[in-house]
Amino acid sequence: MPGKVEIRNIRKSYGSFVALDDVSLDIAPGEFLTLLGPSGSGKTTLLNVLAGFVRPDSGSITIDGTEFLTLPPHKRNLGMVFQNYALFPHMSVGRNVGYPLRLRGVSAAEIERRVRDALDLVQMAHLADRGVDALSGGQRQRVALARAIVFEPSILLMDEPLSALDKKLREHMQLELKRLHDRLGTTTVYVTHDQREALTLSDRIAVVNGGRIAQLGTPDEIYDRPRNKFVADFIGETRFLPVEHGASGLSLYGRPLKVRDEWKSLTGDTPWLVVRPERLRWHGEETDAANRIDAETTGVIYQGDSYLVTVRMPDGVEIDLRRGPDIAGKELPQRGQPVHLWLDREHTILVSDKP
Amino acid sequence: MLSRPATQTQITHLQRLWLYVLVGLVFLFLIVPCLIVIPMSFSGSKYLEFPPRTWSLQWYEAYLGSPEWRAATFVSLRAALLTTLFATTLGTIAAYGIARVHGAVSSLARGVFMLPMLVPLILLAIGCFFVYAKIGLNGTTTGLVLAHTMLALPFVVIAVLSGLASYDMNQERVAQSLGASRPWAFLTVTLPQIRLSVLSGALFAFVTSFDEVVIALFITGGQNATLTRLMFANIRDQIDPTVAAISSLLIGLSILLLVGSQLLLRKGARK
Repeated sequence: MPGKVEIRNIRKSYGSFVALDDVSLDIAPGEFLTLLGPSGSGKTTLLNVLAGFVRPDSGSITIDGTEFLTLPPHKRNLGMVFQNYALFPHMSVGRNVGYPLRLRGVSAAEIERRVRDALDLVQMAHLADRGVDALSGGQRQRVALARAIVFEPSILLMDEPLSALDKKLREHMQLELKRLHDRLGTTTVYVTHDQREALTLSDRIAVVNGGRIAQLGTPDEIYDRPRNKFVADFIGETRFLPVEHGASGLSLYGRPLKVRDEWKSLTGDTPWLVVRPERLRWHGEETDAANRIDAETTGVIYQGDSYLVTVRMPDGVEIDLRRGPDIAGKELPQRGQPVHLWLDREHTILVSDKP
Repeated sequence: MLSRPATQTQITHLQRLWLYVLVGLVFLFLIVPCLIVIPMSFSGSKYLEFPPRTWSLQWYEAYLGSPEWRAATFVSLRAALLTTLFATTLGTIAAYGIARVHGAVSSLARGVFMLPMLVPLILLAIGCFFVYAKIGLNGTTTGLVLAHTMLALPFVVIAVLSGLASYDMNQERVAQSLGASRPWAFLTVTLPQIRLSVLSGALFAFVTSFDEVVIALFITGGQNATLTRLMFANIRDQIDPTVAAISSLLIGLSILLLVGSQLLLRKGARK
């Protein structure tokens, strides 16, 4: 299966600003890989290096074993989808999708067939003769997608393709994209700053920060085993609590803290406990002091499907917790009341400040 | 009628009367010089006069029948067409570059391309005259077209830049990623979308060259005199109504071009 990408030691700086700092990355054939990071992290620069619009200072990229960096953009055979769709407004939907085929000298009958197939795939075949201006945002995105896959590119590049859509449509399109990828199996590199989108779509996620890959892994690795404070902070609604590193082991607010073995080796100056509010449990062994946090309720807000409960840690850090309606045997805490929360040993994550 | 409100703010047409009168006067001020020429061109007398006492078409015959006038018209048309060709091509490329490149280079280039509009025409004419005298371009079509291309470039650059301002350059990138070389991406994706700006730039270039008289006075003459230069000389030496006849024809041509381009623009907007 074609579409294996090897990125080696890519560097790119603009003056004193280092946009890409020695980035290396392997992408497997057929993989859906997401570059996730804040704006200015270098994720879009890396995508543009792949597309051929940015020439790196050094490094190499091979696709299926052949060097890629020396090729101009139009010889790379990549499908690209931009955030603003960049459909050609002077062409109909059908002619937009047929554009890459006409460039390749495909016969008219063949073009018609393949355009129809591609538009079918994104459920837009009925609008082939429409002008682009008459389309809604979601429809434009589908046409842009059809145009990018119609010539069967070896790799599909997408630069925040859904960020201009409203939330509901975005979530719907995420599922459609995933289905389409499952069906076509085209190696896909996807850029986004939306962590939920990345978790939903990706086979693997590369979290990018400051021109470097902060962590590369599957969605659950990225979420459940963040390697450093940046990754833990960027993914999920994360709060950090200070962990003490004493003679008797780790402790949190004076209570012993049990963690998975892999965290025990963590020798950072100050390890931080990563608290994901949804991993905190309302139930636990009252008698066992380990992994228990005694907090105070400072606010309760009814939000229909759940309550938003704000609790204050002993050192003043506040955490918002969601409390569903069906927690049997546990009264909804009232403002000012103490509350006990537990952390599973499995979900007790520690990180250090170091990258 | 006059006491009815003109707008949502209840200001009546009567209260606005002064404004209507002012606008009418401005219109007259703009139109009368053009309109006065037309009756004068149909004069039956030997000299320019207004209003003419007798009517005839003799001055149109004089223009069309004169080899001298016809030659000058040909010189002007040839210069204007060549200027349009060069100024439009160069100006479009320049505007594209200015729009693509950012920072100091872009601002500098923009400034340089506007220069011919800022420098007094008489200075440009004197400059051309002395430079051309050195390199033997005075009295040549090449020299005239070069000078006119310089004059017309700012208009093309401004027109195309305004077209590119609302154009999304990502489209060209997409075209490249889909397999188009950069020049081909420009020709098939960018150019069709800015074509109306390019066309209006070309129109400006044509008119700039065709109407130009100051530089033509300095660097053309004899066989290569332009129509405007000959008209100028005619007014100075003879003052016969042939000039009025030519002016009327030129006004007609300008209106035709203007209406034509407006129709094109509207057609483009509907599409």
